Amino acid sequence: MEFFKIRRDIPFMRNALAFNAVSLITFLAAVFFLFSRGLHLSVEFTGGTLMEVAYSQPADLTQARNAIAALGYADVQVQNFGTARDVLIRLPAVKGVSSAQQSEKVLGALKQADASAELRRTEFVGPQVGDELAADGLKALAFVVVGIVLYLAFRFEWKFAVAAIIANLHDVIIILGFFAFFQWEFSLPVLAAVLAVLGYSVNESVVIFDRIRENFRRFRKMDTVGIIDNAITSTISRTIITHGCTQLMVLSMLLFGGATLYYFALALTIGILFGIYSSVFVAAAIAMWLGIRREDLIKNVKKEGDPDDPNAGAVV
Amino acid sequence: MNRYPVWKYAIILIALLVGSLYTLPNFFGEAPAVQVSAAKSSVKVDTALQGRVEEALRAAGITPGLMQLEASTLKVRFDTTDQQLKAKDAIQRALAPSADEAPYVVALNLLSRSPQWLSALNAAPMYLGLDLRGGVHFMLQVDMPSALTKKAESLAGDLRSALREKSLRHAGINRNGQSIEVRFREAATAEAAQRLIQDQFPDLLTTTSPDAGDIKLTASLKPDAGRKVQEQALKQNITTLHNRINELGVAEPVIQQQGLDRIVVQLPGVQDTAKAKDILGRTATLEIRMVEDSSEARAAELGSGPVPFGTERFLERNGQAVIVKKQVILTGENLTDAQPGFDSQTQEAAVHLTLDAKGARIFRDVTRESVGKRMAILLFEKGKGEVVTAPVIRSEIGGGRVQISGRMSTVEANDVALLLRAGSLAAPMDIIEERTIGPSLGAENIAKGFNSVTWGFAAVAAFMCLYYMLFGLFSSIALGVNLLLLVAVLSMLQATLTLPGMAAMALVLGMAIDANVLINERVREELRNGASPQAAIHAGYERAWATILDSNVTTLIAGLALLAFGSGPVRGFAVVHCLGILTSMFSAVFFSRGLVNLWYGGQKRLQSVSIGTVWRAETSAGSGDSSKGLNRP
Repeated sequence: MEFFKIRRDIPFMRNALAFNAVSLITFLAAVFFLFSRGLHLSVEFTGGTLMEVAYSQPADLTQARNAIAALGYADVQVQNFGTARDVLIRLPAVKGVSSAQQSEKVLGALKQADASAELRRTEFVGPQVGDELAADGLKALAFVVVGIVLYLAFRFEWKFAVAAIIANLHDVIIILGFFAFFQWEFSLPVLAAVLAVLGYSVNESVVIFDRIRENFRRFRKMDTVGIIDNAITSTISRTIITHGCTQLMVLSMLLFGGATLYYFALALTIGILFGIYSSVFVAAAIAMWLGIRREDLIKNVKKEGDPDDPNAGAVV
Repeated sequence: MNRYPVWKYAIILIALLVGSLYTLPNFFGEAPAVQVSAAKSSVKVDTALQGRVEEALRAAGITPGLMQLEASTLKVRFDTTDQQLKAKDAIQRALAPSADEAPYVVALNLLSRSPQWLSALNAAPMYLGLDLRGGVHFMLQVDMPSALTKKAESLAGDLRSALREKSLRHAGINRNGQSIEVRFREAATAEAAQRLIQDQFPDLLTTTSPDAGDIKLTASLKPDAGRKVQEQALKQNITTLHNRINELGVAEPVIQQQGLDRIVVQLPGVQDTAKAKDILGRTATLEIRMVEDSSEARAAELGSGPVPFGTERFLERNGQAVIVKKQVILTGENLTDAQPGFDSQTQEAAVHLTLDAKGARIFRDVTRESVGKRMAILLFEKGKGEVVTAPVIRSEIGGGRVQISGRMSTVEANDVALLLRAGSLAAPMDIIEERTIGPSLGAENIAKGFNSVTWGFAAVAAFMCLYYMLFGLFSSIALGVNLLLLVAVLSMLQATLTLPGMAAMALVLGMAIDANVLINERVREELRNGASPQAAIHAGYERAWATILDSNVTTLIAGLALLAFGSGPVRGFAVVHCLGILTSMFSAVFFSRGLVNLWYGGQKRLQSVSIGTVWRAETSAGSGDSSKGLNRP
């Protein structure tokens, strides 16, 4: 089987400007929604109590809502979670009341309304923990960005590092934009997914850059645009297949992972799709405009292994 | 050229062997068990105990499975949960008849069914996190400012008596926040006081400043002394928590320090959160009272008379009754520390108590008047008192340093000191994070994670085999080896596996296939460009390696960031993610090359390889010098 029967290099870079305009518009839209709507942060970040309650029959949400409202909570969210029988309840953090009393009181009220209510899970997070988590998340993001820039600058050149990180930060912002637009819940696993996507889609850029470097060595007479086009064309099949495989895994999580892993998988899906787009169309274009040249990379020439060496093999 | 030397195959074989060995325990499942451990350090878990347990089980008509005697626990397996519950009751009745002063903790547990020889190799199944097995998780914050304030308060008292002893006149001592302010009328006295503090209070840092005609001396805790106070407070609170959790009968509680001022408590399998919270948050109080020594009291002690008016009857830890007066001399608030140690003269085991200034003054007065009498130190928990120790007063004790010695083993001294400290939590704690996961949810989560991994793996493997034929099969086998090694490493390290961890497992498999896709595409490309099959395989692996390394390092950077800054679910994700990347480097490159070498490497005149369609355009596929040799068969 072969999906990609490409006869000549696809002139990706000819349309670089158009692609980058599309990126810019998506990016700006994402930023706009991030600011106008904000992220729907989970209890882990905001502090408060989360309860998952299971009923033996499809749950009556209004009844549950009324039962909790009777306890005097103003801002309570009650919604179905996964199935019609499971209910997720979010309570705001209340000063002076310990989490223990809160969750027990609520469960008591729910049991009174419907005796089949069974507590499946509670989660309480104090407000100070939430703030720390947000701060830690930002620190992790900064660490990833700096780490990747340094590594790529060391392995390639600073122009590649800058191009890769811009392209992939743009992915991250777009994922966040989706979460803001649809008001999907942004929880800790989603944060993990976002950072994993950052590392993962840099991969993609690395593969293309690697090919660009190789082409610079092989095709002495080709100009930069031709080299980039050739590099993208010859890796496109690998790009699509790899991402397809990863997406198969993520799809399996989306289908079988249940409500807990749903948004995690969703973030990965968006990340994978935009990861392809940004590596192929954005990263290489930015690198081109930053003015990568053959001379930047030639100094990195490594000794090629002797192909007749019987011991030649992969090294781990 | 596509041959591995024997040692490389040996490495692969060893890795596979070790990997399978350590993955194996995960397949045996878990057996219900009852775990008996000592609740007090003076109680031993030994073969004698095993005998008692066996006897109790025989009496109840239950046949136990395998019995494991470890350092401080005895684990007994059973065939069914029904038997397990019955056995727990039977053992509880035999070993710990009353829940209040039980010498042993009898708890339900799940043990791996894996055979003895595997356990002997330290091969255990993966350690499941709370979201997979159900249980309670608490994060407690220790109120450090109040620990420091308490320390400053006690130092202020000490300072007051020290100044009085040296007859240095001051115009008032106040504790202001965490520092102590002393006012002096004359500069000379202030200086003398400063010297005194330097000599006797090494923990304090002093500064003087003129203040409305007086001289104000401010003494504050030195930073390292402050840190020490905090460390001790945390340690003491952890110890206290340990003792309290023992009561809950949890098989494998986790009590860990997190950061500088936090404690994480995880109680797997506990469902009754209300009780757990009640026990964790309970405050024990310590009281020192005098022992009544009238003849009526003696009679009451022996159980032959009524308890006299104005006294109460308490039991000592060895079960002996003691009649003590109702009047409380001191409470735990005045006790600043209790440490086990030795008598400096007799080298007997002893417990050293430190009282604050107020406590020391009262203690001196009381001991002066009651030489030869006994005093009792009582610990109240859940409104029920117990005599920790009831020593005889030998002489007047001043200065706030008290030593209790005589007829005590070092273990007992340890216990007493611990109980005394337990009476006073060093600093109050608040629950700042709490998670409860029901057992049914845990089982569901395992199924969800397992299904995600299985179906994702099956889909990827099927696609690879279709698209790359034999090379796809090799890649799929390599992916399987990756999963095997990952599970083996997780089992070996006993890293906690959570649902996000299982998600990371699926994700890492999806990412690991990238390396094989890279290699296979590269081999196809070499073939397309006219290389001979052997050369194409060689070049494909060689050239793809640099790319694989680069892309794995960038992924690893993200993984490490999550590991460093993440907590809770993110950490669980990051651990598996990072380990998975490392194992994938081995399996996807080194191992899959081994398979290919084994299959194709020996064939000298290899005409074609099974890697799916190698499609060739009539005209140049690329440009430049890649066009040559396109028409080779």
